[in-house]
Amino acid sequence: MQSEITTWLFYLFSTVLMGAALSVITSKNPVHSVFFLILAFFNAAALFVLLGAEYIAMTLIIVYVGAVAVLFLFVVMMLNINFEKLRAGFISYLPTGIAVALALFVEIGALLYNSLLTPAPVAAVAQAIPDVTTTSNARAIGLVLYTDYLILFQLAGVILLVAMIGAIVLTHRHRTGVKRQNIGKQLARKRSEAVQLVNVKPGEGI
Amino acid sequence: MEHALFGSITIGHYVILSTLLFVTGVAGIFLNRKNIITLLMSVELMLLAVNINFVAFSVKLGDLTGQIFTMFILTVAAAEAAIGLAILVVYFRNRGTIDVDDISKLKG
Repeated sequence: MQSEITTWLFYLFSTVLMGAALSVITSKNPVHSVFFLILAFFNAAALFVLLGAEYIAMTLIIVYVGAVAVLFLFVVMMLNINFEKLRAGFISYLPTGIAVALALFVEIGALLYNSLLTPAPVAAVAQAIPDVTTTSNARAIGLVLYTDYLILFQLAGVILLVAMIGAIVLTHRHRTGVKRQNIGKQLARKRSEAVQLVNVKPGEGI
Repeated sequence: MEHALFGSITIGHYVILSTLLFVTGVAGIFLNRKNIITLLMSVELMLLAVNINFVAFSVKLGDLTGQIFTMFILTVAAAEAAIGLAILVVYFRNRGTIDVDDISKLKG
């Protein structure tokens, strides 16, 4: 009974995932595309939960839905882009797109059919998944990630740092005509430059 | 008969799903040739398909390495999206459009 439910859940989530993915690439409004992308990520996370990879599922939601999709939404909504013009040629590219997609699907399918019929010998397991009754998925990943893959983990942090600096450097603009505080200039100012003593004669003014 | 991952779902189901998702992403790149934002979203779909493959095979083979690798793909995908959208914003600021056909200034 339980196994039947999970089977149906797989079909439910994968159907919604594919529908959302198709809507991402076909919807007229990019804002709708972003929302369908978020739906697709949620369903992919559900598929990961079915597999027993809860940690990756939660990371997918946090990183993709919380950061990447919201970033897309920001850009789509903040830039005043005429999307009607960008949609021109959608119909004319439709046959090419479908043809390429079909060709790719048939090619990958042929390879998969071949390899699933005659499975290659499995190489030795590098990091065996521990028993889920004693070690949760998040704990198992943590035990491996912070020990065996520590250098790679640090490198991932460096990649994110470089991406952050790059994005800031790219989009930062030095606007002219904005009054800013220049502390060095303020401190270097002397009394002789700032104050002037004027001898005003009575009845004449300056 | 193949060993089922759960229920009556085998690795084949997950592989077919990820293939379909990847192909959808490729089709999206062809269909939305002019719109860079949708292009980037199609790339994200393709990366998601790769992630599904990695996690499914990780569970099938009983090897955590696939899930670890998925995390690094997530990292690179996030960095890629941030840089791509930053370039997009700068380009829009300079040209007032994001049409791919207009990006030919470097040709000289």
